[in-house]
Amino acid sequence: MKTYDAIVVGAGHNGLTNAAYLAKSGLNVVCIEKNDYIGGATVSRNLYKDWFYSNCSYVVSLLRPEIYRDLELARHGLQVTPYGGGTVFMENGDYLGSYPDPEVHWREYARFSRADADAYERYSADTMRQCRFIREFLLRTPPDPASFKPRDLRELAYLGAKFFDMGEQRMYDTIRFWTMSVAEYLDEYFETDVIKCALSGSGIIGTALGIHSPGTAYVLLHHYMGEVDGNIGAWGFARGGTGAVAEALAKSFQSYGGELRTEAGVEQILVKNGKVQGVALSTGEEINAKVVVSNMDVKNTFLRCMDKNDLTEDFYNRVKNFKIRGSSGKVNIALGGMPTFPALPKDSPLLDGDMHFIDSMERMERAYDEWKEGTWSKDPYIDMTIPTVSDPTMAPPGKHFVSCFVQYCPAQIEGRDWTEEERQQFGETVINQISEYSPDFKSLIEHVEIRTPAVIEDEIGITEGNIFHGELTMDQLMFNRPIPGYAQYRGPVGGLYMCGSSTHPGGGIMAAPGCNAAREILFDLRRPDITPVNFGDD
Amino acid sequence: MSDNYDAIVIGAGHNGLVCAAMLGRAGKKVLVVEANDQVGGAAITREFTEGYSVSSCAHLLYQLQPAVKKELGLKLDLASENMSTVALSADGQHLRINSDQVVGVNEEDAAGYKAFHKRMTRFADLLNTFFNKIPPRLAKDASKADMLTLVQLGFDIRRLGRTEMQELLRLIGMNIRDEVVERFASPALRGAISLDAVLGTHLGPRSPNTVLTYLYRLAGAKGQISQPVGGMGAVSELLAKSAQQYGAVIRTGMPVKSIVIDGGRVCGVETNSGETFSAPLVVSNADPKSTIMCLVGVKNVETGFTRRVHHIRSNGNAAKLHLALDKLPKIDGIEDHEFGHRFVIAPDEVYVERAFNHAKYGETSVKPVLEISFPSVADKSMAPPGKHVMSAIVQYAPCKLRGGWTDSAKNVFLQSVMGTLSKFMPNIESCVIGTELLTSADFEKQLHMTGGHWHHGELALDQFLFTRPVGGAQQYAMPVDGLYLCGAGAHPGGGISGAAGRNAARAILKAEKSV
Repeated sequence: MKTYDAIVVGAGHNGLTNAAYLAKSGLNVVCIEKNDYIGGATVSRNLYKDWFYSNCSYVVSLLRPEIYRDLELARHGLQVTPYGGGTVFMENGDYLGSYPDPEVHWREYARFSRADADAYERYSADTMRQCRFIREFLLRTPPDPASFKPRDLRELAYLGAKFFDMGEQRMYDTIRFWTMSVAEYLDEYFETDVIKCALSGSGIIGTALGIHSPGTAYVLLHHYMGEVDGNIGAWGFARGGTGAVAEALAKSFQSYGGELRTEAGVEQILVKNGKVQGVALSTGEEINAKVVVSNMDVKNTFLRCMDKNDLTEDFYNRVKNFKIRGSSGKVNIALGGMPTFPALPKDSPLLDGDMHFIDSMERMERAYDEWKEGTWSKDPYIDMTIPTVSDPTMAPPGKHFVSCFVQYCPAQIEGRDWTEEERQQFGETVINQISEYSPDFKSLIEHVEIRTPAVIEDEIGITEGNIFHGELTMDQLMFNRPIPGYAQYRGPVGGLYMCGSSTHPGGGIMAAPGCNAAREILFDLRRPDITPVNFGDD
Repeated sequence: MSDNYDAIVIGAGHNGLVCAAMLGRAGKKVLVVEANDQVGGAAITREFTEGYSVSSCAHLLYQLQPAVKKELGLKLDLASENMSTVALSADGQHLRINSDQVVGVNEEDAAGYKAFHKRMTRFADLLNTFFNKIPPRLAKDASKADMLTLVQLGFDIRRLGRTEMQELLRLIGMNIRDEVVERFASPALRGAISLDAVLGTHLGPRSPNTVLTYLYRLAGAKGQISQPVGGMGAVSELLAKSAQQYGAVIRTGMPVKSIVIDGGRVCGVETNSGETFSAPLVVSNADPKSTIMCLVGVKNVETGFTRRVHHIRSNGNAAKLHLALDKLPKIDGIEDHEFGHRFVIAPDEVYVERAFNHAKYGETSVKPVLEISFPSVADKSMAPPGKHVMSAIVQYAPCKLRGGWTDSAKNVFLQSVMGTLSKFMPNIESCVIGTELLTSADFEKQLHMTGGHWHHGELALDQFLFTRPVGGAQQYAMPVDGLYLCGAGAHPGGGISGAAGRNAARAILKAEKSV
């Protein structure tokens, strides 16, 4: 039986980040992973011939630059490049592009409405203001508003002060922004349906809500608060696929002396006298440590890997009622050549960006209605990227990898498991929608991987395949995430911590939960805090 | 200028009347001008078929604030008090809900409901203390009183205790659907609670924010429902009498064309007929959009402010169905003496959500949800002897219907409603002598409420407390000197509560004192 200072369960990007910081602090750390590959949902896999599939997460923006620098990820091989924009293909044969160049972007929006082209600047400025406010808190532990501890009171006061610093009208704007729907938020700026549709996607990605549901404006923010090379709101590709992020984190972790074990799934987290003792692996082996950090979502951590008797009934029920909803799937495709999109001008830079095939707010909302009825959207919202346009390392020369994030897609069909036939039909739905705008798309297909939430759960372990490890609704954000009273990364038994996306500030390849959890662990172990502080935006 | 007053209240809705009475009580000479021939706004009783009367908009009394009753010494005659809710089921297995009791569900649900009700009323009571306060400004230079109110809000929330405080902070932004699905096995109970949360809103049970709207309904009287003698119009008449006792003059049939402004200050109002009345104080009971955009005029207000007002959401979805009945319809499992209760048709939370789906696309619900009462059972004055009246709130029927509210569109919706009703009341068609269906578009026209919305603006977290009607104007004063808002569009919102009217009067008197 081996003994470590700390065991990190799950080698997802947050687990690796957490492990890296603990190892960097001088602890003897092992990071264990059930699969034979690392990364969790931050992964690129060689599933077909010479293609590498970013078959879960597919784009990068949220990764905290403080961590990128602190853990020397560039030195360990990570390179993120911004991509070229976005397209919405329209039913009438036209398209709407969005471009990183503000002048080009303005001209494109002005094709539809000059008022909207002008409004975009104000929209960006207002949304950016919200980004700057939230970015302050990504690398901070949320205060417990029900506690009287000096640390919590101090943090609450800090939050209050930052809020009041915004000025009176901005505070009201912020309250509104955090509580309204993305559709209503966009209605305040734009008049053109397709423009609103193009922008609304960010309000629902990964979320079991529709664009008209209150609270989705915040989800939009969650997709805007990242950056690529200091360019806030930009998204990019990791060279070699998103798995490159996990690879770099793993190298960093190992460079600090950490030990990585794959094919080591946890059967149970061992507890004695209200304190963790270590973990029992599914092979029967036991590993000991006084600190166990779970990168798994909270349902997996507490409902699957712990003895119910080690938890209070109230805590158990709260975890049970934590909302992790399967709302999206992935369809990953290997293409024998570059597909054509007749609507786009020749050599459009938009080919190196995200593409969407749904062009109205009504279609967006109706896609959600079908999910509510327990089935996948027949006219889905697809966020499609072809990373091989700018990164030739992911496919053989001249060939391409296509990643389609598809919403909405439920974890179960009308309350029962998916059949194989339905899974195939789901894939066809996606390919048919794309083919309407790319006539040669189907003929180029060499291989398709269709992933429903259930498939992702089976393989990666995330409950219902939810990309955020839990809904990003108000009742599950900040000090409510994952559960009121447990938002500071500590579990309900001594020595047990959570570092996955179920904790503040939530999902996406951000690494902030892993880093924040490390800070709390080091605090409890009375070791110096080596986690980075916010760079600040100025 | 024909007459001089200390204050003019535009609109004799119940909030306008409360405000007028409170100002009159403080010694002001008040004029109330009302566009319609009858006082009351959305709290009126009207004959819709010869001999048959009904409360034509609001029909049940939930949250008339005790403070309003006490300060104005109102003595309201109630035809029925503490009415039960019967959640109708097509198979006759109805639920009967009263306060924290529910009959017709298993023991676990009954106990669960009791705990749920206890917690919700506790939160609602806490909210209610703030409904009777002027919302503080959020600013570094806010007044001491504002800071005190904020601190008190924080203190009151903390005083709930650790667990309850955490629950409040979790639930306040949540949707009602998740809460009822977690807690209850009975579909009818889930449906009834969901319905209570969405009545009068543009939300479905899955929409976050619906726990707040549910709490709003419980605020004031812990969810107790009553029906005044003579319908809702009697409440307004009582308030009008009270205002008159305090010296207020009420002029009906006098629509206001504009608020007269000179040098950034109000100096009176001009009516459609060209009459002008002058006063240094104008209080608008109209909704904020009509007040600012129409009565004040955008040129008189800073553009940033009009922009915010322009964006206030007020998509009304609630229609009213009034039936004059030859006899009470048959409802399987309901005795005649039980017809004095409140009935709801919302078989489960999914049904309510599906009804809402249509509203998102500007369509009417194919299977609508209903809140029904038979006011004539407890109050004989509403119908000829032996005859009855049915009053029902029906959702969803959006004000901005796709294709507009043509006669045929209205008829299609009426057929959906009657079809739904007849599933629970098989002989309803044969009992009907007269029918009236009022949609939110009708309310918009008749009652001059933008979007025909009960709350003069969606009751949602982004239009609540600090940001109601819009951020910066939550203290009832509008950005024109001497102009105040006193209607449902102001804090805390709609419902026959009188809180907005009372708070506005207090804000006015407080401002005068500080000068």
